[in-house]
Amino acid sequence: MSAHEEVPPAATAGGAAAVAPGTADTGTPGDKAPRRSRREGLTPPSWLALLFLLPALVLLGFLVVYPIVYSVIRSFFDAGGDSFVGLDNYAGVFQGHDNLVSVRNTAVWVVVAPTVVTIVGLLFAVLAERIRWATVFKLVVFMPMAISFLASGVIFRLVYEQDPDKGVANAAMVAIHDTFAGGASYPGAGPRNGDGQPVKAEGGAVVTTAAVDPGRTALVPLLRVKPETLPKTAKPAAQPPSAQSGEVTGTVWFDFTKGGGGQSNAPNAGESGLPGVTVEAVRGSKVVATATTKDDGTFTLRKVGDGPVTIRLPQDNFTASYRGAEWLGSTLITPAIIVSYLWVWAGFAMVLIAAGLAAIPRDALEAARVDGATEWQVFRRVTIPLLAPVLVVVLVTLVINVLKVFDLVFIIGGGDPNASVLALQMWTEAFGGGNDQGAGSAIAVLLFLLVMPAMLFNIRRLRQERK
Amino acid sequence: MSTADRTDTVEPAERDDDGANGNGAAGSPRRGFAARATARLGGGLAQALLALVALFWLVPTLGLLVASLRSNADNNAGGWWQVFTKPSQLSFSSYSALLDKPDFVDSFWNTILITVPTTVLVVVIASLAAYAFAWMEFPGRDWLFLLVVALLVVPVQVALLPVAKLYGKIDFGGFQMFGSIAGVVLFHVAFGLPFAIFLLRNFFAAIPRDLLEAARMDGGSEWTIFRRVIFPLGGPAIASLGIFQFLWVWNDLLVSLVFAGTDSQPMTKWLQSQMRQFTGNIDILAPGAFLSLIIPLVVFFAFQRYFVQGVLAGSVK
Repeated sequence: MSAHEEVPPAATAGGAAAVAPGTADTGTPGDKAPRRSRREGLTPPSWLALLFLLPALVLLGFLVVYPIVYSVIRSFFDAGGDSFVGLDNYAGVFQGHDNLVSVRNTAVWVVVAPTVVTIVGLLFAVLAERIRWATVFKLVVFMPMAISFLASGVIFRLVYEQDPDKGVANAAMVAIHDTFAGGASYPGAGPRNGDGQPVKAEGGAVVTTAAVDPGRTALVPLLRVKPETLPKTAKPAAQPPSAQSGEVTGTVWFDFTKGGGGQSNAPNAGESGLPGVTVEAVRGSKVVATATTKDDGTFTLRKVGDGPVTIRLPQDNFTASYRGAEWLGSTLITPAIIVSYLWVWAGFAMVLIAAGLAAIPRDALEAARVDGATEWQVFRRVTIPLLAPVLVVVLVTLVINVLKVFDLVFIIGGGDPNASVLALQMWTEAFGGGNDQGAGSAIAVLLFLLVMPAMLFNIRRLRQERK
Repeated sequence: MSTADRTDTVEPAERDDDGANGNGAAGSPRRGFAARATARLGGGLAQALLALVALFWLVPTLGLLVASLRSNADNNAGGWWQVFTKPSQLSFSSYSALLDKPDFVDSFWNTILITVPTTVLVVVIASLAAYAFAWMEFPGRDWLFLLVVALLVVPVQVALLPVAKLYGKIDFGGFQMFGSIAGVVLFHVAFGLPFAIFLLRNFFAAIPRDLLEAARMDGGSEWTIFRRVIFPLGGPAIASLGIFQFLWVWNDLLVSLVFAGTDSQPMTKWLQSQMRQFTGNIDILAPGAFLSLIIPLVVFFAFQRYFVQGVLAGSVK
């Protein structure tokens, strides 16, 4: 063996060429010995292999392996690197508000994001098998994988804009909310100024000036209703329905006749009722009945009880309408960023799982169906178990990726410590103003330790494949 | 149980017939009809659901594109969907203003100067190494390959500080590694290598042994074989890898944030520096982000077959 290794490649080649060509692949069982020697002669020497490997090994050695060792050592020293502090830097990762938040967020990310992305990917892959435009669909969902997290971050900063007139997420939320909840709200509306009016402003609410006895009616004329806040369902204001005993009825309307005219404080023709207004009957400081106005502005407060009540239109009616969620506020920011992560990575999970699905033998599915299994049972008992290896690979890949997620949080979170994760905290500590290389190294090493199980998983898988 | 089995046994056959000619279910029409209806309903539901999903996936990017075509004033006055009623808002003025900024144009070229050499270097260095791992023998080969596989998952964070220090020490004749394009490129290459070697070794190892031995026997040196046999045969895998590497590096922010200087910063870093005033800078950020994503998208759509193959080979295999 060693003798052959010393033969320079040119000589090897020459030697090989000297052997009659044509016998190369057709060695018969009889000529074992010469064949082996020929093969060994063909094997290039080790030093040549190392030459091929050299550039890769140098780069990996200097820029990957050495830094790992350096970071581990550095993580045991203080910010300046002068004195040995043992595990203090590691303990520090779990101290202080911002650090704890980033640890908590990382845990949320690692648990939630890979699971959700895998489930969504599975769902898409399964459903896409049932449609004809599956290729187009997969392309659309996979597309964000090609885009940078920075661009995705800018995209979702726009999506999550707080103002529903600007951010598409809140615009959609408000549209849905208003469809189902009526969404009537009349910011700026209020009673006519001056004395002797039937209603007056009190705090932010509107109340009747005089108490109303049960069995009577109340008129609540309002002014300064903005035309754009008036729902399309609003009908012309009607006279209050007649009140039974124990009831108070009334009308809330926009006491303004287009083009002037009309009598003040009476629902005239051409004046609009105000639907969806909450009306309360108040005795003392207790709300005894509530109602909501109909499209023509009328309301009926039932079971008011005995004794006069004040009719109150609470402040909610006049504050600004539903404005959607505070996506980038301290509570929703991490879920919101995870959604954007889902947008980027669902395609990855889908494509891998779809490939796994395609590889499932049709016979297995057919056999289950023949045995009388429903589609759900086939999915649950046959597809999923056969798909399990793929699902595990997808999950592991995503966990590794999630631990490293930096750009999305950095861009969408915009430096908000409520959004921070360890990968970002590492950068903040070491480069982004923290200037504590000990702490930064400790977080980096911690991240490295967290991906270790995935590393072992990969190695085990490789070894199994070799066998 | 057995009766149930018996009745259901017929079902798949019927269903198949339904698909084929529509009246194969004559034996039990109700069941066949029900199955068909369920299938169709399920199909319809899937259609509707996935159409909605596709919409969800497209709208955010559409929003960015439209926002990039509107003025700052328009964007701050109302959402991008207003263009459906006011199409006159659309203009390329934000783009032309952005392209007049020398900083941005420089950063665009820097992105190319970082991305292209990195991709080429990763492909060449990893191919060489992968060939050695696949077809050459040397002591410790399997252990070394396991090490490469282990390095697949190393987070870049662990190397940022040490490499920054290392680069800080490299300074010959006025050339400083830290803050240079070369520094960014080498870091990317190093961290691209484990995946690249892994992907290519698996592919090269699948090349038929006979082909290789024939080439060796014909007197080709290892270098010739590598260039004439392996490299061309590895085409699809190399294409996948090249596309991946291109996209990764093009899209990177963290590495350039640490290692690039103001003269060598790519688009991502430049755009990030404009993020401080998000609403005020939409006329820079939206067109900038769109320009930075359009090239990856073109690459993706042009080579999506290789891209998907790469994803599959990199994870499942």
